[in-house]
Amino acid sequence: MKHASEYRDKDLSQTLIRRILDMDIRPVRLMEVCGTHTVAIFRSGIRSVLPKNITLISGPGCPVCVTSQAEIDAFISLSNNPEVITVTFGDLMRVPGSFSSLQQEKAKGKDIRMVYSTFDALTMARENPGKQVVFLGVGFETTAPTVAAAVLAAHQTSLANFSVFCAHKLVPPALEALMKTDGVRIDGFLLPGHVSVIIGLDAYRPFVARHHIPCVVAGFEPADILQAVWLLGRQINSGEAPVVENAYPRAVTAEGNKKAREIMSRVFAPTDADWRGIGTIPLSGLQLQPPFDCYDARQRFELRLSNVPPPKGCACGQILTGLKIPPDCALYQKACTPMSPVGPCMVSSEGTCAAYYKYHVEPGF
Amino acid sequence: MCLAIPSRIVEIDGDMGTVDVDGVKREVSLLMIEEPQIGDYVIVHAGFAIKKIDELVAYETLQILRETLALVEKEDER
Repeated sequence: MKHASEYRDKDLSQTLIRRILDMDIRPVRLMEVCGTHTVAIFRSGIRSVLPKNITLISGPGCPVCVTSQAEIDAFISLSNNPEVITVTFGDLMRVPGSFSSLQQEKAKGKDIRMVYSTFDALTMARENPGKQVVFLGVGFETTAPTVAAAVLAAHQTSLANFSVFCAHKLVPPALEALMKTDGVRIDGFLLPGHVSVIIGLDAYRPFVARHHIPCVVAGFEPADILQAVWLLGRQINSGEAPVVENAYPRAVTAEGNKKAREIMSRVFAPTDADWRGIGTIPLSGLQLQPPFDCYDARQRFELRLSNVPPPKGCACGQILTGLKIPPDCALYQKACTPMSPVGPCMVSSEGTCAAYYKYHVEPGF
Repeated sequence: MCLAIPSRIVEIDGDMGTVDVDGVKREVSLLMIEEPQIGDYVIVHAGFAIKKIDELVAYETLQILRETLALVEKEDER
């Protein structure tokens, strides 16, 4: 596998591990802000080879996990409309709302379908002219352009029975919010690989300048992640002004993917958004803007978001901000397991609790 | 979920293309990348190619990383 196996090279990883172990570093907490990084770190066993002074913590990097309970409830309420075919990526299906999940609703006979691409939802709309096809837009800057592309295509072909429930979230405003959250201590960020493919290194520079915190964009193979940890350690030890470094240059550039960003900014405008565990973050979400707002499912179906509390006892909120780790949650491995999840961090394959559960991580690691 | 392994473009048909990742073929949109060519390695997300892997940069940075690590080792040995 070209451009992947080179970064699974044993010698390269071992050398990087030695470099990290040789660093004389104060106790630091480094946060990864991408669910795929969380899983890659667990799967490769990187936590177990790092020195005790370097703690990796998982942040709000799983899009399903940060989707608010009110939004999940609204998705379920939408799926109860007999006119509607609700279309989603698979990871949302099992997330429990206040009373049900999309999977449970599907089992009851509601028309809820999973797709691989947003274009599949357009095909469904064309094939079902008597139905309203609503795509649930959940995801960060990597997914949002693909939803925007579908809206543009619907607009160009006057596809009237397609709409989007827009629940997209943006990463840089979440980093800002984390830095302002009481009790959160982070010494460096391991930035998401594919979000950064779209937004580029430049998108993080104002954040780094404001908060003086080291940031490194990482790829997903073991050597990519180890290199990012090494670079973060070097920045912390150097005493120089922190910068954004690129440990994934084969994919990430300073300016990002201009075409994708243009498509996104044509269709969407930033808006305030509710994040599970963090609350409302200014301008951290996206809404459809004119002339594309006619594809907004929330307007079309007059959906209201109600103010609902998270499940009782669930610590997903604190886990998403790094304030707690899964074993700190009273429900973890007891009332909350992957077979019977209470919170979204146990549902999603990228959720921190699911990763802890799957890889049997004991407290202290 | 991000797909970490780059896919190779094996067919192009207008804005759409077919990619191969370890023998599995998928149809993807090529709307978001510049001048796609057969043989290019691309990062695919949710049915869209979002970045062409820069082969030269990939080769050079891997070399630089290996050299930097070797250099650091040599300095330590002194």
